Amino acid sequence: MFNGRLDLLQHIGANTLQRFRRLGRGSLFLFDVVVGCASLISRPGLLIKQLYSVGVQTLLIIVVAGLFVGMVMALQSYYALVDFGAEDSVGVMVALSLLRELGPVITALLFAGRAGSALTAEIGLMKATEQLSGMEMMAVNPMKRIIAPRFLAGFLSMPLLATIFSAVGVMGAYVVAVEFLGLDSGAFWSQPQNKVDLYLDIYNGIIKSVVFGFVATWIAVFEGYDCVPTSEGLGQATTRTVVHSSLAILFLDFVLTALMFAK
Amino acid sequence: MSDILVKIRDLHFSRGNRKIFDGLSMDIPRQGITAIMGPSGTGKTTLLKLMGGQLRPDSGSVEVDGLNVHQLSTKKLFELRKRMGMLFQSGALLTDLTVFENVAYPLREHTQLNDAMIRHLVLLKLNAVGLRGAAEMSPSELSGGMARRVALARAIALDPMMVMYDEPFTGQDPISMGVLVSLISELNSALNICSIVVSHDVPETMSIADHVHIISAGKVIESGSPASLENSESAWTHQFVHGDADGPVPFHYPAKPLLDDLYTGS
Ligand SMILES: Nc1ncnc2c1ncn2[C@@H]1O[C@H](COP(=O)(O)OP(=O)(O)OP(=O)(O)O)[C@@H](O)[C@H]1O
Ligand SMILES: [Mg+2]
Repeated sequence: MFNGRLDLLQHIGANTLQRFRRLGRGSLFLFDVVVGCASLISRPGLLIKQLYSVGVQTLLIIVVAGLFVGMVMALQSYYALVDFGAEDSVGVMVALSLLRELGPVITALLFAGRAGSALTAEIGLMKATEQLSGMEMMAVNPMKRIIAPRFLAGFLSMPLLATIFSAVGVMGAYVVAVEFLGLDSGAFWSQPQNKVDLYLDIYNGIIKSVVFGFVATWIAVFEGYDCVPTSEGLGQATTRTVVHSSLAILFLDFVLTALMFAK
Repeated sequence: MSDILVKIRDLHFSRGNRKIFDGLSMDIPRQGITAIMGPSGTGKTTLLKLMGGQLRPDSGSVEVDGLNVHQLSTKKLFELRKRMGMLFQSGALLTDLTVFENVAYPLREHTQLNDAMIRHLVLLKLNAVGLRGAAEMSPSELSGGMARRVALARAIALDPMMVMYDEPFTGQDPISMGVLVSLISELNSALNICSIVVSHDVPETMSIADHVHIISAGKVIESGSPASLENSESAWTHQFVHGDADGPVPFHYPAKPLLDDLYTGS
């Protein structure tokens, strides 16, 4: 019994140490990556290629998701507001929800699932097939040539994707509210124009998406770079990318919301 | 300029609890083909990675061209690596580039040559390994042996002072094996470089090597010319060179006795 408890204690200790070691490695890695980003000035082609595969190829899922989320939001808020005769507020309700919360958060979750997992798998496979070692032996720093462009592309894409998500969402809501439910189009647009605040709503939403993009891409590239170079290790790393970034996004969303909208 | 290019002294290296090198010392001359042979899993790949500065020894030193590899700054190390070519056991081609672009990669990274010159150089290197016709293929369309030859073309793209070959012969059919053997030997004399061949294809390697080091259990067991090793007195060397199953070199990875393992039941 005593032994069992000691073992447990040791297990917890070892686990904690390992986690902190990983966090340390991750931070050093991040430092290297950020330094590596500077070298992209002379090689913009690498960045553009990654912007395409990380950003543009994620666009479709973001647009479709944004459209449906906006449409559902319009329906739900219409049913809730119509009893109070406040259905003219559907527009502002949808716009605020999207800009403040749903846009950044859902985009980031989809981004982690679509682009993040792909980044981890790609980098992990490059490690497993010794492509990263091979580059090092050719005196090419994979931090600069492989990791940095992917990281920067993810970081830049996320706020743009979130903005597109929100914009498409509002359009979806417009279609449902005005075309299907017969609301007045003037009312749908005029309330958001008065109520949506540039700083409080739009800028804060963008700040959220920047933070989420940073964290999700960091986790994705680090998991790939740090993975155990076997098929099993690669699978685990990809799973961890999705799980850890989703949890980090939701947790950070709470923290940021509490900071931003505290009165 | 001394005629020793790589000088390894009292090298210790371990992975976890397993000692891979235990006081290994070795000299590799500046010219000619040096073969490093030893049973599978003795750390030949590890040794090449230590020479390339990708792994750090626990103690001991590795000097390449008078520079202590593990005390160089990253920048100096990268400068040194431009003069070292390495052929990985797996080829390690970049899968998102074509064969042509793979061979062109080090040239584009490290030289200011224009496209026409790069094209010339790449086609010449590919021609040397017999794969000029495969220039536009992607690495996933190559067989293992072809990938190795492309990797060889890439390793010599920058005309290095030394090339390290990790198992260049495995996965080659007899014809391309023969071609590769003479290719390595011709490249070596044409470019007048140092070639380090890691292999356990004993007859092929012995036929082109000028010097041979046999390693096992973390140390160099015997070194010398191929002819002297053929007639070696040492039982280790004899077993390895002649491929006898029974002898002092263990076939098994260290383990407790088989019966113990079978009877403990867990
Ligand atoms: N990444 C690693 N982590 C832990 N141990 C490793 C790792 N890579 C290799 N080893 C161990 O190091 C030892 C030497 O490996 P190495 O790849 O250098 O052998 P080798 O001589 O090249 O063998 P082969 O001829 O089969 O290629 C092996 O026993 C292996 O178990
Ligand atoms: Mg090996």
